[in-house]
Amino acid sequence: MAGPIFILRDYLRCSGCRLCEVACSLKHEGTVWPEASRIRVFEFFPGVDVPHLCAQCRDYPCVKACRYSALRVDESTGAVLVDGEKCTGCGDCVRACPGKVMRLHPETRKAIVCDLCGGEPECVKACHEAGFDALRVVPYTSVGFKVYSTMPDQVAQRLFETLFGGE
Amino acid sequence: MALYGYAGRLLEVDLSRGKHRVVELEEDVAFNFIGGRGLAAYLLWRELGDRWEEVDPLGPENMLLVLTGPLTGYYPGVKLCISGKSPQSNGVVGSVVSSEVAVELRAAGYDGIVVKGASKDPVYLYVEGENVEIRSAEHLWGLGGTETYRRLSRELWGDLKRRLLAREGLTKEPSFIYIGPAGENRVRTAAVMAKLSHAAGYGGYGAVMGSKMLKAIAVKGFGPMPRAKHPDWVKLLIREAWSALNRNVLWKHWGTSSGGYEVASLTSSEPVRNWQEEWHDSRSMGVQNYEAHWVKRYWGDYGCPQTCMKISRLRSGKFSGATTDGPDYELQAYLGPNLGVFEPRANVYLSSLADELGLCGIQTGNVLGFAAELYEKGVLTREDLGFELKWGDAEAFARLMSMIARREGIGDCLAEGTARAALKLGKLKGVDLSKYAVHVKGVGVGAHGARSGKDFPQAFTYAVGVQGGDHTSPPRLPVDRQWGEFTSAFEDSAVICSFNVHGDLPFQFLRAITGWDITRETWMRVHGRRIITLQRVLLLLGGPDLYWDPRRDDDNPPRFYEPLPSGPFKGRSVSREEVESQKREYFGYLGWDSLGIPTEETLRELGLDYLKPAVERIRKRLGAG
Ligand code: SF4
Ligand code: SF4
Ligand code: SF4
Repeated sequence: MAGPIFILRDYLRCSGCRLCEVACSLKHEGTVWPEASRIRVFEFFPGVDVPHLCAQCRDYPCVKACRYSALRVDESTGAVLVDGEKCTGCGDCVRACPGKVMRLHPETRKAIVCDLCGGEPECVKACHEAGFDALRVVPYTSVGFKVYSTMPDQVAQRLFETLFGGE
Repeated sequence: MALYGYAGRLLEVDLSRGKHRVVELEEDVAFNFIGGRGLAAYLLWRELGDRWEEVDPLGPENMLLVLTGPLTGYYPGVKLCISGKSPQSNGVVGSVVSSEVAVELRAAGYDGIVVKGASKDPVYLYVEGENVEIRSAEHLWGLGGTETYRRLSRELWGDLKRRLLAREGLTKEPSFIYIGPAGENRVRTAAVMAKLSHAAGYGGYGAVMGSKMLKAIAVKGFGPMPRAKHPDWVKLLIREAWSALNRNVLWKHWGTSSGGYEVASLTSSEPVRNWQEEWHDSRSMGVQNYEAHWVKRYWGDYGCPQTCMKISRLRSGKFSGATTDGPDYELQAYLGPNLGVFEPRANVYLSSLADELGLCGIQTGNVLGFAAELYEKGVLTREDLGFELKWGDAEAFARLMSMIARREGIGDCLAEGTARAALKLGKLKGVDLSKYAVHVKGVGVGAHGARSGKDFPQAFTYAVGVQGGDHTSPPRLPVDRQWGEFTSAFEDSAVICSFNVHGDLPFQFLRAITGWDITRETWMRVHGRRIITLQRVLLLLGGPDLYWDPRRDDDNPPRFYEPLPSGPFKGRSVSREEVESQKREYFGYLGWDSLGIPTEETLRELGLDYLKPAVERIRKRLGAG
């Protein structure tokens, strides 16, 4: 796919299997590490699963918030990249992120966020191979502004109503 | 010291004194007993073995074990093993449940939790790395599954968010296991629950949690899975396992729910009206009638490509709002045809009620069927129950289920489980009720009959299983076949899902993760045999209220010797000679004598010399030299 990409998430198709988390942490950490995965699936209520990852906001509040120039946008993929050398772990980007996707690594305390795997997202592959296709790569331009930079508990609430018809 | 694949630490919590400490998991113990079920048996033996017979499973001296294994979190699909001295069998049952608590525990730096003693007031345990708190559960006590889940998850995540959101960002919600009213009331068929409908049912550990006044255990971890010896090999294996498991489309679509009608019609081994029959001509239990109620999505647990679970939700009618998983085949059968219920909606409702009350659907369906047959035969009357209990009357069964969970009226007696209820009621009524009680060593058998010979249990399966009537751990011949007692002992000890086992992969994972040279062959000869032998000794020690005699209790439920009255395999029953000869062969393989007591030589060979005094106690009680 030429040009920046976006990982579209179809919540209704998500099974909560977390293969995406396993794939992401295997790739970036070399082991299974749920809290270090750049995509994380929240399950506030059984059966209501919310895959949560960077929404690549077009105004990139996280990048703007960083005083140390540790964050930049990758031109070709559109991903936010973290320069671990420059990141001080101050958490300004965390506070700026509207969906609280950006966060500090549980061990290194540096900012971590989805880097789109350089354009070949591992999470999407895992989800597709398992037949769920809850995640899909689409051109960045096709996605509405900030639709996905919301908190997962808000998504879960709406999803609960869709799936179970409310209380 | 390098112990790969383990945190090397267990969290020990003493509820009587309100204290906790971290204890080391020694490398040789891990190597000999692996984890989960095997480790549980060993820890129980080490702590309680000398006075096993006197330990009341529902007393403060029993321990509740919540254990992971070296494969947990790495192998596709997550499982957690719950154990302790079982209030059903008085032995050790390794009861597994899908719960992310297992992943969280390993991420928090523990291989498991050992809960000792008992609290005076309702509490729940919260573990977050080194931070361990025993918190009040007054506000949760008495609540059903849904409410417990809601309040606890809101409370726990709310707290995490408050503390961590601004500083380091959003964390995933903690996971927890909990009990419903049945566990609180020490009902022997109470399960330890996870999510809404996941249950560690066999063993009765919900009652053990209840006896400790422990409503829930919640865990939050931030770290990776314990270090593997060969991380790159593990990565490759995970990929290989995924691609193998992804091919199983049937499973993904229907899970075991597809069995409802199939097992009855094709193999004639589904319990019908308390096992009086094992076949039905009703077509209503087919998967297509359940699909109508399914929330249209797949549902899986951590790392599982197979997602066998299906969420059922009734959106209208008198049972509107009922939500459950599947029901899976076991609950379709036990809370369906076994009660003469052939209406899927009523089945979904009964299944969701069992979840809500925190009851094991298998064991409770078993005791409900038992009660209904006694009602049919006139042994139990309207006066005994307070209402009529006719086959197919879902509302009457629901009422009785609630009475069991709350130990009200006749429910108090039935809350003891089928085996003990049969003894108690039999005494009360002055009749022998054993022929209606379809259990083995206090554990109600799974929904798989042995009479037709077409499903998996062999003639001797239930008779000799160290986990009693547990259908997920079936002894089989030849012993090295893919699905038998030895492989279940592996799955429950490495703590992985038996539905995800594919060829030799689990053993390859074990080697890649731990670096130990344990193959399928050494498992059959040494490790597996050691675990099963230890479980057998603890089962035969038994007590304090019931003891098993191999000459009487290494047997099928009497019902399995009655010829099938209907269906394609009409007239068939289990053959006694076959049971006896299979028993001999099996005991021989294990190195046990004709009563199924391990010989001195076997104990020596397996490094279990320390069991000698216990074995002598068993022989003495049986008057067998
Ligand atoms: S891999 Fe796909 S289906 Fe599974 S949890 Fe991730 S997004 Fe959901
Ligand atoms: S979602 Fe958060 S991390 Fe991603 S671009 Fe927006 S502010 Fe940055
Ligand atoms: S694209 Fe790569 S980095 Fe981003 S969530 Fe998926 S696997 Fe992780």
